[in-house]
Amino acid sequence: MPPELLRMIIAAVLVVAFVFLNAMILGYMERKVSAHIQRRPGLMEVGPHGVLQLIVDGLKLIGKQLVVPEGSNKFLFRLAPVLSFAPCVLPFVVLPFARKLQIVSMDISLIFILAMTSINVIAILVAGWASNNKYSLFGTFRSVAQAVSYEIPMLLSILSIILITSTFSLQGIIAAQKYYWFILIQPLAFIIYFISGLAETNRAPFDMPEAESELTAGFHTEYSGMGFSFFFLAEYANMFTVCSIATVLFLGGWKGIPLPLGDYTGIFWFMLKVYGLLFVMIWVRWTYPRVRFDQLMTFCWKYLIPFSLANLLITAVLVKLI
Amino acid sequence: MAYGTLTEIFFYLFIIMIVFGALVAVSSPILMKAVMGLAMAMFGTAGLYLYLNSPFLALMQILIYVGAVCIMIVFGIMVGYTPKQLAAYAIGPKNTILALVTSLLTLGVLQLGLSRTQWVQAQGAGGGDCSLAALGEALMTRYGLAFELISVVLMIAMVGAVAITWNGKRRGLK
Repeated sequence: MPPELLRMIIAAVLVVAFVFLNAMILGYMERKVSAHIQRRPGLMEVGPHGVLQLIVDGLKLIGKQLVVPEGSNKFLFRLAPVLSFAPCVLPFVVLPFARKLQIVSMDISLIFILAMTSINVIAILVAGWASNNKYSLFGTFRSVAQAVSYEIPMLLSILSIILITSTFSLQGIIAAQKYYWFILIQPLAFIIYFISGLAETNRAPFDMPEAESELTAGFHTEYSGMGFSFFFLAEYANMFTVCSIATVLFLGGWKGIPLPLGDYTGIFWFMLKVYGLLFVMIWVRWTYPRVRFDQLMTFCWKYLIPFSLANLLITAVLVKLI
Repeated sequence: MAYGTLTEIFFYLFIIMIVFGALVAVSSPILMKAVMGLAMAMFGTAGLYLYLNSPFLALMQILIYVGAVCIMIVFGIMVGYTPKQLAAYAIGPKNTILALVTSLLTLGVLQLGLSRTQWVQAQGAGGGDCSLAALGEALMTRYGLAFELISVVLMIAMVGAVAITWNGKRRGLK
């Protein structure tokens, strides 16, 4: 077997394992943080402070039957979870966890990540349509409209960083933040990116597609067992991807106080920043109420897009001047 | 297995993906399946770009065609018409003949263009500057007119969309 192929297989196994681990950590974090915000202890039963609860939940989901509803499109219904999960794993291949911890080094890795995350919308569309359920369809409509709208301010805010660094390589962008993090010179872009990231990953206060109180569970209402778990895993993988792009673009990536074996231990700082941002995401979810759908659209088209365009223009002029 | 044969296998896989996807896209009566076929064909095309050593084009193909255009098609038709209204459109032999003539004409024009063009032998590896910066500069300077013309095509599409919805409103289809 050629060494390159072996390396790819090991990388693929590691990445998929990490996606599962990440979902477990985030699932635990979400339930624990929400519990403490609501002044209750939360998970306590399985293991010390309930740390093993997510393993038990995972086993339960694997054991469950995938029920295909009557009148649904069987093929598309089964295809959707896979279609949702597969592209969410791929961005991990190019993420720079440390100076030398990157599986594939591409000079257009940022575009690669954006392209892969854009496939997720199609999976949601297929899932909602194939379920033959009005709640699913409503969730799908909301989700697609939201994802398509919020992609614009997200890309515009990323573009203002690209104008400064003039590279799409994630390592190159980290290297450009030698003296200061880009959040200091692009605070508006960071805020816009983070808000759009919340909307892109269907997180509260923009979780209209999954609004439990109106739509049961939105586009994945009809899914049970591993079908549901794949959407769940994909959502958490997407959250991780969004936060790691934010870390790379605005917070200096794996840079931090130098540790021994700095080329590899940078992963510590990277993870610290990413999980810090993820904590903020969870914090926001359990603090703010859900917005109305028209407010959501107004906020995107009348505030975020003009502000990100203005930010981009000013950045372009300043880059040209300096 | 030699590296060359592996890439050959992928090349033919992409070709099969494109042809199969295109067949699904035109033959499926269910819109959603047709769009999935289209998406598959687009993926195959992206694969071909990758095979031609142009990852940027491949990723743009996925980002724009799979991520945006396919979704817009589904979204547009789902929001635009209910299945009842769609069923009201009778598709008779007239439509079949018109479709056949249009597609044959398109094929003829494309074939004419393909056979008339003097194909320039592509430069081998390292022959041309294919970096992102060089691509951007070429699009903005040397191929500026072609680049701008593409945006005119987009504007025509938008005007067409507005015109279609206006006519629909007048006929009470809404």
